[in-house]
Amino acid sequence: MSSSIRFNRRAFIRTSTLASGGLLIGFNFFTACKDSVKPPIDISKLNFNDFNAFIKIADNGMVTLFSPNPEIGQGVKTSMPMLIAEELDVAWENVFVQQGLLDTDNFKNQFAGGSNSIRLAWEPFRQTGATARQMLINAAAAKWGVDASECTTNEGIITNAKGETLGYGDVVKEAALLEVPDNVALKDVADFKIIGTDARNVDIDKIITGKPLFGLDFKVEGMVFASVLRPPAFGQKLDSFDADETKAIVGVIDVIQFDDKIAVIAKDTWTAMKAKKLLKAVWKADTNLESTEDHDKLLVDLLDGNSFKTLRKDGDVDKAFAVADTVLERTYESPFLPHNCMEPMNFFAHVTAEKIHLVGPIQTPEGTAKGIAAKLERPFEEVKLEMTRMGGGFGRRLYGDFAMEAAQIANLSKLPVKVVFSREDDMTDGIYRPAIKYRIKAAIKEGQITGYQLKEAAINSNMYGLIPNFFPAGAIENYQVDVANYSSNITTGAWRAPYTNFLAFAEQSFFDELAETLEVDKVQLRLDLLEKVKGSTDERIQYSPERMQAVIKKAASEADWGKKEANTYQGFAAYYCHNTHVAEVADVQIENGMPVIKKVTCVVDCGIVVNPLGAMNQIEGGIIDGIGHAMYGDFSFTDGKPNAQNFDRYRLIRMKEIPKIEVHLMKSDAAPTGLGEPTLPPAGAALANAFKAATGKRLTNQPFSKFPELLKVIPQEIIG
Amino acid sequence: MPTYTLNLNGTSTTVEVSEDTPLLWVLRDHLNLVGTKYGCGIAQCGSCTVHLEGNAVRSCSLTMGQVEGKNITTIEGLSEDGSHPVQEAWKEVDVPQCGYCQSGQMMTAAAFLKTNAAPTDDEIKNAMHGNICRCAAYTRIHQAVAVAAKKMV
Ligand code: FES
Ligand code: FES
Repeated sequence: MSSSIRFNRRAFIRTSTLASGGLLIGFNFFTACKDSVKPPIDISKLNFNDFNAFIKIADNGMVTLFSPNPEIGQGVKTSMPMLIAEELDVAWENVFVQQGLLDTDNFKNQFAGGSNSIRLAWEPFRQTGATARQMLINAAAAKWGVDASECTTNEGIITNAKGETLGYGDVVKEAALLEVPDNVALKDVADFKIIGTDARNVDIDKIITGKPLFGLDFKVEGMVFASVLRPPAFGQKLDSFDADETKAIVGVIDVIQFDDKIAVIAKDTWTAMKAKKLLKAVWKADTNLESTEDHDKLLVDLLDGNSFKTLRKDGDVDKAFAVADTVLERTYESPFLPHNCMEPMNFFAHVTAEKIHLVGPIQTPEGTAKGIAAKLERPFEEVKLEMTRMGGGFGRRLYGDFAMEAAQIANLSKLPVKVVFSREDDMTDGIYRPAIKYRIKAAIKEGQITGYQLKEAAINSNMYGLIPNFFPAGAIENYQVDVANYSSNITTGAWRAPYTNFLAFAEQSFFDELAETLEVDKVQLRLDLLEKVKGSTDERIQYSPERMQAVIKKAASEADWGKKEANTYQGFAAYYCHNTHVAEVADVQIENGMPVIKKVTCVVDCGIVVNPLGAMNQIEGGIIDGIGHAMYGDFSFTDGKPNAQNFDRYRLIRMKEIPKIEVHLMKSDAAPTGLGEPTLPPAGAALANAFKAATGKRLTNQPFSKFPELLKVIPQEIIG
Repeated sequence: MPTYTLNLNGTSTTVEVSEDTPLLWVLRDHLNLVGTKYGCGIAQCGSCTVHLEGNAVRSCSLTMGQVEGKNITTIEGLSEDGSHPVQEAWKEVDVPQCGYCQSGQMMTAAAFLKTNAAPTDDEIKNAMHGNICRCAAYTRIHQAVAVAAKKMV
């Protein structure tokens, strides 16, 4: 079974001979290259405007992949080169990855990493590798005067029918002069030698020895540091300030006001941070100073009100409710959440007459560079942006606010400057997961779910894309999704698995209650509903009922669902997002009168797993992150000001709170799908459903730790 | 500005900084040892963990006066070439996700394993509880500590 060929390789692959020797292949997998475009002959002049990535095959046979793709901890920097190595047929040890090139021209085709990366890269990366291999074979065949079809390859060596051999490096010169061939077949899945094997993080040696890698580690000669004072509350503006005490500190270079912010520039990070604390600023209210209490009321009003926009409507839910035997309705509530990347936001900028040089951890280089060019009124071509490894992303580094600040300060000071957020800055000047409330209502008639209405009330913006068409869309005849939002001055944005991170909790908790109401097995209820989706021709429904049923059944059997062990209570959840199907079972035990999570069994169908070692890390991290934020994640505001500023008041999950995690990957021949996000959303629901089994009490609001009375078990209340 | 001398990764090192500068920022900004990370600055996360006379400490909360004349080891000095059993275990288990917290995790683990060569699962959990990993690579951190313990025997 060869994969389909959808791209014209001639259009997206170009080659050149490097001046220093070796073959350079540039490729582009979003759009075809213009005819005139050629890769450079000098490796320091790689042009990422015309190409996504380059492969260099040196005359010693070593392969280097140059990709500007940033690494945020999802392992894409490891898995993408594996795709090329597989089809090129070289030993994995001979492949090197280089990222963060200096002075790239610009960044048009860079992709941000994240769950989608591997899905986008799957075909083009393999096709590029396969095409390069064919060109090397063709060059060797011409040299030997034999037919290319009689030649085979193995780990960088080409062999002809007589048994003569040539290394890839021996024919790179000739290969570079050949036409790019078309119709090169890709390997059969069964023949994969590298895809599907364990590969370590490509930066592992640097990480374990503490080498500079991250934005915060970046340094240039003469660099200074800036710590920025921003309005302490959302809705405030700067009125006036006094910097006398700040300027008196040895090591302070300058104090600069821009927008409603004040930057303290100093010769080292500590001096900048400490001198900032001595600024005396007067703030005035500009817009509302909002509190969590206000938001709670506003969102409930929205749920009770009539200002919804309908995102999907099947049948007639109102009629279904009117004729129902039973109507079940529940409301689920979640707070704002900060991202808390372990590496606080930071960025380097140096603005000179010739260029704007930017370096740091960012997931959206193009948009950021464009925004900065516009703000500083400079042509886009003058912006040079380099990306570093990122100490976590979770969505926060999609936003370039910190890079913009660095550019503004560098523009005013003309110094090479790095803006460094303290943890307090990072937590209080966030772009948060918005607080959201869901209300779900279901109609039951004659033992069947006949109607289902989901209402979302959110701060600032609502679910988007295909989310309204996720399960149970398609499984229930009368189905409706309504959304409404309240515009706040608190900045909000994407947070790992946007919307689904809490929506999955609400819906999967609700299904648990539906099963209780219907007095059917919780797993069976889901399987039965999925049965009804089979054969659906609705193109908006992209989850596969078959694949979903398969992960559910496997999770139930691996976790021994329904087991009758003493003091073990189970909770179930299954979810589809980022094109991946996941089922999770949580096992809880009661210890000292409290339910404690002991184990999570997780089954994932993410298509072909390129790097199982990296995939497992992502899966485990997603589950623990889901449990951690469901348990402890709480972020509230009083008069526009965050109530927590650092990890003393904001609790993140830690080692002793971690359950045992057992992961099963479904065997699949399907193209790989997202892994960084999909295991997070169901985790909180599996946990809450297990807690319900253990305590008899249902948690509908996150974080659970805010409701200690619902987490307490007094002996006579223990169920089962 | 006062000068301070410490025995840093086996070498006597002198640095001139203001007396309130935490060891963390002296290492990072003045001595170019950026393996030690900043995470919170208030002794809550463990990213900045180094060894002071062999014990794991939080460098963000130590002033130079407190470490003057003392032996300090950072991740860069844990071994010459990444061959400390903890580093080898971290590589073998492929622990890092983003990797940012990992030098602090490894320094905590290395100091702990000197005091407990054959830790139980619960002892490992207790020892590592002070170090936050936002990527939640906890399962592998735990596993790697156990692997390192075996290597150290
Ligand atoms: S930076 Fe020192 S403990 Fe967090
Ligand atoms: S690996 Fe990212 S914080 Fe630990």
